[in-house]
Amino acid sequence: MAAPDLIASLQRQFPGKVGQGREFRDEWSVEVDREIIRAAAAYLKEDLGLNFLLDISSVDHMGDEPRYEVVYEFAGLGGPNDQQHLRVKTRVSEDDASVDSIVSVFQGADWHEREVFDMMGITFNGHPDLRRILMWEGYPYHPLKKDFPLEGLPSDMPGEGGFSRVSPMEGGPFVAPPAPPPKIGDAPTTVREPRAHPAAHPEKPV
Amino acid sequence: MPETFVEFPDSMESAALHAAEADSAGKGHLGQNLILNMGPSHPSTHGVLRIMLELDGEIVIRALPDVGYLHRGDEKIAENMTYNQFVPYTDRLDYLAPLANNVAYALAVEKLMGWTVPPRGQVIRVICCELARISAHLLGMGALAMDTGAMTVFLYIFTEREKIYNLIELLTGARFTTSYTRIGGQIRDLPPGFVEQAKEFVEQFKGKIDELDTLLTRNKIFVDRNKGIGIISREDAIDFGLTGPDLRGSGVDYDVRKARPYLTYSEYDFDIPLGSVGDCYDRYLCRLEELRQSVRILEQALNRLPDGPINVGDGKGFLPHKDKVLTKMEELIHQFILVTEGIQAPVGEVYFGAENPKGELGFYIQSKGGGVPYRLKIRAPSFVNLSILTKLLPGHMMSDVVAILGSLDFVMGECDR
Repeated sequence: MAAPDLIASLQRQFPGKVGQGREFRDEWSVEVDREIIRAAAAYLKEDLGLNFLLDISSVDHMGDEPRYEVVYEFAGLGGPNDQQHLRVKTRVSEDDASVDSIVSVFQGADWHEREVFDMMGITFNGHPDLRRILMWEGYPYHPLKKDFPLEGLPSDMPGEGGFSRVSPMEGGPFVAPPAPPPKIGDAPTTVREPRAHPAAHPEKPV
Repeated sequence: MPETFVEFPDSMESAALHAAEADSAGKGHLGQNLILNMGPSHPSTHGVLRIMLELDGEIVIRALPDVGYLHRGDEKIAENMTYNQFVPYTDRLDYLAPLANNVAYALAVEKLMGWTVPPRGQVIRVICCELARISAHLLGMGALAMDTGAMTVFLYIFTEREKIYNLIELLTGARFTTSYTRIGGQIRDLPPGFVEQAKEFVEQFKGKIDELDTLLTRNKIFVDRNKGIGIISREDAIDFGLTGPDLRGSGVDYDVRKARPYLTYSEYDFDIPLGSVGDCYDRYLCRLEELRQSVRILEQALNRLPDGPINVGDGKGFLPHKDKVLTKMEELIHQFILVTEGIQAPVGEVYFGAENPKGELGFYIQSKGGGVPYRLKIRAPSFVNLSILTKLLPGHMMSDVVAILGSLDFVMGECDR
């Protein structure tokens, strides 16, 4: 079954909850309602043979509503739809940034969902152990949000030791004085960050 | 003194007495479980992986891996620079195979752009990928051998890796942080003498694989430490999304080079080795055989290297040659626009996965137009492969943990990004 047929099957299974498929560079993506994501993942795995979860990622469309997008990449290994690929996306609003966990369907979703939570603050209902994974426990921000500045925000380091003391060169001739800490609500990253280029913002004239 | 403290038995008699007491109390074991913190700085964790192990005697009953000690925020960085500027960051993902990462990233962005590199460029990339695969597999096997008591192999493989590094230095000017590809091609063509030297390396390397084979495959200690240890079932391997030799060791026939052929992989004659049990030994055997298959691909690629351009012909997409930049007006303008604004990508989203030494390295790129990615997600094979540890480690001896970590062959630079 090719990807458009897979999307048609999804639409028949969940009428009114599955959007139109879109093709770009021979890949098909489809948007589904966030309520059915676990059922859709189970249907894709059990009935359509897309039994391989490649990746879960998330996108922050800051300024749009709903703000976030969770992106699942499914593929088939063996079975009826060997080597078919389908991208399933679901939109999540900022006020209720949560989506059902699919760990009960794919065990491999565990770490992917923890990473999305860590980096973008989207919670996964029913996840068995939703903790931060790349940042440390107790870190206050979600760094991949678009309103988090590239150079970071000051925060307490975990525990005592390594980073709590003044470095030996601090105040010396080759050390720049510490910049005033940026705050959320300051000018956007792309204005303060010299590497970011206006080309990143097509809405503004270059 | 804490209430739970149990006095350590000081003689065989008192130990027997303690054991009998524990038995009659229905606990089944003496004393308490031990929480052991392994890593983040432990030789067998090959980097900065930390695992909290709960031990009952020498048996692991619970394992909690803790990753992120090498997190640099590569994905955030990528959102703030042009596509070509991100190439050096890909060197530092799987730093045992930087060339393969460069190629995978370039292919992902080229997929977004809709570009195809000319045949000579593609064959050069195949040569790069396979050299990187040999180099990474050699280190993976050497480290596994060292962790399981065979020190010699680790020293032998470095002799071979040195030769590969010499080839890479000849090709890219750098031994480690290669940054060889650009979006749409390579920074330079093969230098004179490269093909001959590479052929010479491949010819002598065949004997070295046999040497490795002889040293390890029937080595009693190595076999005892690896056979039947860390068995990953076929179903688990698929469910956890493992890729690379870790997946194929469990007998799942999935190699991106065969499944969704990219570059010119469909034109080469090579086999995909599969394991049957899914233990550490099978994963080792897969890597050993993949060395032989990489040698086969390299031989074919070096012999069929076509002539012609190595980069896409899009004048406004790929950096023009330096001579022309300095002498021609139009190329100078193109160079200026490309360097300052970057490649103008269309609106869209792509996922591209390439078969890297550790598994499928995938890039999900969402573009809203312009010269920088709106979102670039890296699917790191080491990250996904490590997620099975929680399930895999319990029930094994403490010393088996070392063998399992070695056989999973991960790189923390890629896992933590």
